[in-house]
Amino acid sequence: MGMTVVEKILARASGQRVVKAGNVVEPAVDLAMSHENAALVMNQFAEIYKDTGLETKIWDPSKIAIIFDHRVPAESSKTATNQKKIRDFVAKQGITKFHDIRADEGGICHQILPENGYVRPGGVIVGTDSHTTSHGALGAFSFGIGATEMAAVWALGRVLNVEVPGTIKVIVRGKLREGVLPKDIILHVIGKLTAEGANFKVIEFHGDGIASMTTSGRLTVCNMTVEAGATSGIVPADEETARYLREEAGVSDAAERVAPDPDAVYSQVLEVDAAALSPQIACPHTVDNVKPVGEVKDVRVQQIVIGSCTNGRLDDLQAAAKILKGRRVAKGVRMLVFPASWRIYKDAMRQGVLSDLVEAGAVVMNPGCGCCLGVHQGALGDGEVALSTTNRNFKGRMGNPNAEVYLCSPAVAAASALTGVITDPR
Amino acid sequence: MAKVVLVLGDDVSTDAIYPGRFMATVLPGETPQYCFADMTEFNTRLKAKKVPPESVIVAANNFGCGSSREQAASTLKGYEFIIVAKGFARIFLQNSANLGLRTIICPTIEAAEGDEIEIAAAEVVNMTSGARFAVVPLPKARQDIIDAGGLIAYARKKVLEEAGKKRS
Ligand code: SF4
Repeated sequence: MGMTVVEKILARASGQRVVKAGNVVEPAVDLAMSHENAALVMNQFAEIYKDTGLETKIWDPSKIAIIFDHRVPAESSKTATNQKKIRDFVAKQGITKFHDIRADEGGICHQILPENGYVRPGGVIVGTDSHTTSHGALGAFSFGIGATEMAAVWALGRVLNVEVPGTIKVIVRGKLREGVLPKDIILHVIGKLTAEGANFKVIEFHGDGIASMTTSGRLTVCNMTVEAGATSGIVPADEETARYLREEAGVSDAAERVAPDPDAVYSQVLEVDAAALSPQIACPHTVDNVKPVGEVKDVRVQQIVIGSCTNGRLDDLQAAAKILKGRRVAKGVRMLVFPASWRIYKDAMRQGVLSDLVEAGAVVMNPGCGCCLGVHQGALGDGEVALSTTNRNFKGRMGNPNAEVYLCSPAVAAASALTGVITDPR
Repeated sequence: MAKVVLVLGDDVSTDAIYPGRFMATVLPGETPQYCFADMTEFNTRLKAKKVPPESVIVAANNFGCGSSREQAASTLKGYEFIIVAKGFARIFLQNSANLGLRTIICPTIEAAEGDEIEIAAAEVVNMTSGARFAVVPLPKARQDIIDAGGLIAYARKKVLEEAGKKRS
């Protein structure tokens, strides 16, 4: 019986020839990522070593990545103090993949990892963030874990008691029409699978619609697999992965390509006709409440957000700028833009993308999570409606339980910014 | 016997259990104050210690979906809640096992606020309605961590074993 991509990766990482869905393994970790919640991981890490008489030493500091992104620059003295403690820890442990609040290295963790070449196909990546699923875009098995689980990884270099997940195969066929973006594919898939339809499963993506998609689009798609409950999403590494690693991530060694066996066993197969897809909207307050944009009528919005780890890359900003260039954001609408990293910010700056957006009335914020998780920057007022390219629309997500969040692609967000109502960009 | 103090529906997210705006608070001992912070009345009762330990929250499918924030488990653990749900989201279920928060997977559970329930290994009995509901055991991988008293203790044992191996 053949293996899926994730089964193959987990077999290698746990030193076995074959593993099957349901087996329990302890895979060795290639990269362990945290952000500001490293403060909690540090606390739990110290707890593990308490009264052992052993030195609290990370198993391999070169395999730890810590990125400040959730609250940058710090919104409170509490966060600032936590960040300070983390900096001290990073220095003490000799952690090299550290990205501080700086325009020459900073950004959102799920962008920093791929663009710096930290993500390699076939690897095992864990992160104390549910959207760690993103890195499956480069053919790694990458999943979110809690802080205590991460503390155990820091100590041991492997994840304890991992159940090998079953795999759902999603085949995307055909070419997206003008004005329809990878975000629309994943919103559609989540609507079909529901918010828990892929719980404890991995979604493996195939089809010419994926083969022709850039790594940026694949990051968007894999990023949101967790919104269907999935442990992760994965695109088996291919020519495009090799191109991205070489040209955009500065990785010179050839990528290992892990492909599924032809007789791999899938728990479910879902086919998506990309060519027939229209722009999609996830309506409040669950991500699986997905409708084609044409069915969302007369929804007036007060805040438009373009950015986040889901849709804050250069092509996303370009798609928005193309629609907004030479025009103006509608009166009564605030438009906030959060590039996913400073590298993207600077590229967009050089290309004039940022000036197109700013001239149209958008406020370009510093790269980071911004208002995505409702901590600071761009909270919503009572009764307000936001349309956002982020990945979650749970009640209270943008800092106010009495507000509503709709999710969409950058093209829909930009078109809607011009009208003030949710609008089809075509 | 335990009392049901809250009944919730599908897809209760970690944002509902522990809103993102309180994520600068990380230490397990400090998180209980923000438990269900946006459900003002319930949060007030919790903080006033009007809800006894080992009270039960009943929920439907996909409880704890969304973020990996461990605060969502530690905030509930702070009140020693028992969560009986039709299903749990993966990371939340794992965090609960790691921190010792009791979670019971009970796919058909029916209960109303105020009901008294009895929880056994194989079933949950609603003493108020008389109905019985089968329990799905936790996967062994998770049960082992719970049996060790949580992941800190479990990992500590492994760290000591490996240090011993290196020395000998
Ligand atoms: S941008 Fe939003 S979803 Fe992405 S890592 Fe930050 S908080 Fe999480």
